[in-house]
Amino acid sequence: MTELAQKQRSWTLKQPSPLPGFGLSLGYTLLYLTAIVLIPLVAIVVRSLDGGTAAFAHAIEAPRVAAAFRVTLESALLASLLAASYGFLIAWVLARYDFPGRRIVDALIDLPFALPTAVAGISLTTLYSPNGWIGSHLEPLGIHIVFRQAGIVLAMSFVSLPFVVRSVQPVIEELDPAMEEAAISLGANDWQVFSRVLAPAALPALVTGTALAFARAAGEYGSVIFIAGNMPMKTEIAALLVVTKLEEFDYAGASAIAVAMLAISFIVMFALNLLQWKLQSRKGVRT
Amino acid sequence: MSALIRLRSKEESKPGLPATTARLALVLAAVGLVILFLVLPLASVFVQAFAKGWQVYVAAIHTAEIIEALKLTLRVAAIAVPLNVVFGIAASWAIAHFDFIGKKLLVSLIDIPLAVSPVVAGMMYVEVFGLHGWLGPWLSDHNLHVIFAIPGIVLATIFVTFPFVARELIPFMQAQGSEEEQAAVVLGAGPASVFWRVTLPNIKWPLLYGTILAAARSIGEFGAVSVVSGHIRGLTVTMPLAVEMLYNEFNFTAAFAAASLLSLAAVITLIVKKAIELSTEYHRSKAERESN
Repeated sequence: MTELAQKQRSWTLKQPSPLPGFGLSLGYTLLYLTAIVLIPLVAIVVRSLDGGTAAFAHAIEAPRVAAAFRVTLESALLASLLAASYGFLIAWVLARYDFPGRRIVDALIDLPFALPTAVAGISLTTLYSPNGWIGSHLEPLGIHIVFRQAGIVLAMSFVSLPFVVRSVQPVIEELDPAMEEAAISLGANDWQVFSRVLAPAALPALVTGTALAFARAAGEYGSVIFIAGNMPMKTEIAALLVVTKLEEFDYAGASAIAVAMLAISFIVMFALNLLQWKLQSRKGVRT
Repeated sequence: MSALIRLRSKEESKPGLPATTARLALVLAAVGLVILFLVLPLASVFVQAFAKGWQVYVAAIHTAEIIEALKLTLRVAAIAVPLNVVFGIAASWAIAHFDFIGKKLLVSLIDIPLAVSPVVAGMMYVEVFGLHGWLGPWLSDHNLHVIFAIPGIVLATIFVTFPFVARELIPFMQAQGSEEEQAAVVLGAGPASVFWRVTLPNIKWPLLYGTILAAARSIGEFGAVSVVSGHIRGLTVTMPLAVEMLYNEFNFTAAFAAASLLSLAAVITLIVKKAIELSTEYHRSKAERESN
């Protein structure tokens, strides 16, 4: 009897529950998701292939487009590594130490989430321009940021910093002090405790944060376009090229670039899910 | 000075911890980085906005262009945010209270907008509603405008803020379980009173948190809105687009004045967000103390 009930249950869409509203809430969720996300997603993929795969490949392989992708991916990689390095330090300090103003610093980390990207863009451009607060000190040293690829990297690292800090910080906060104490009692010095015990434990979170930072940086538009200078082949990013093609009424070209960007971010997200799934299953075996 | 810096864990006197000078150096480095990379760009907005004095600032903001942009921005947020709140509640109700086939897939589909570049998001709607899009010919036959008009801006804003409320509510409601709602049903409560009197009071903090994040993002969205707006003065220019247009016209004082309003909204968002975090942490630690 129970076996039969079990069998019957596995064939129904949902497990029984006394609560009301399943049909309404799930129905509305699916309808809204389909209308806002799924149909537009399918539309752009289908439309980009309207002219066939050859036309799609042709649009992506054009020298200006290929250069934009090279600049975008290269800058996003550098920016996410930069954000990873200083983000790790900030996350470490916020998680481990208490100091006057810690809460303010902690709240400020989310500024790049909250500040509109266009505002970040014009502000960074002004700061790092040859007569800006920071740029005027860098210029005599021969360091040029604005209208160079360095500017793109800087803006991208600004917007992606919170992804690193917010991924790593909770993991460091929850590290078991017993691990550290065990290492110390076995004679490890500070550097050994950090490099062999603490850093490896925080590494998966750092990789996750860096990958999220990369995905965000590769798709970033608002904060980059002001500081980049947007010179075709040199400092033009893929997101800007989508807008440029659209303004030239080249819908096929704009869609092809957009779909290629979509593919890149989905690949990053898929790899990330795979990594997390692997780590979780490894943890499951150990405990 | 180094006495001001303490370890956050309870045992201050653990053996073998980094020397206080090393600790001081780490804290100073982190604070220095935050000032250099976050505080300076924020401060610079206000300094540039007020560079020519209060009167110029007020005159720069008090123009028809900026007032129209401000109105449009608030109007768009007032449509997009409530729609996403309703969606977030519906999705988290279905996902947290019921088991059904494809639940995991649904949860990952909800996250899609976070992985999509805003410009790509705007482009998607152009391919559906634009003149060359799927619905374009039908829309223009009926004299309806979505792209280069306000509906497109609303849609693009909904897309970029789509998961914000749902992502806060789903894990929270899953962790809470459905015992309280089930008890209410057993005691004879109808669906409406279960929701208003049991669920809503429980989820009010994460709901507010998600709503604030969604509101901040809708006010500040640039890339997605930029693609679908067409930059028609007085009609489809939101505040972030106004910042861009003024800046590109070399009207820097006005651009930074408009930017200062957006920055103020961002700072308020950060303060409210932190306040909610602290108050929920407080509630949690109080609950833990009481249960011990």
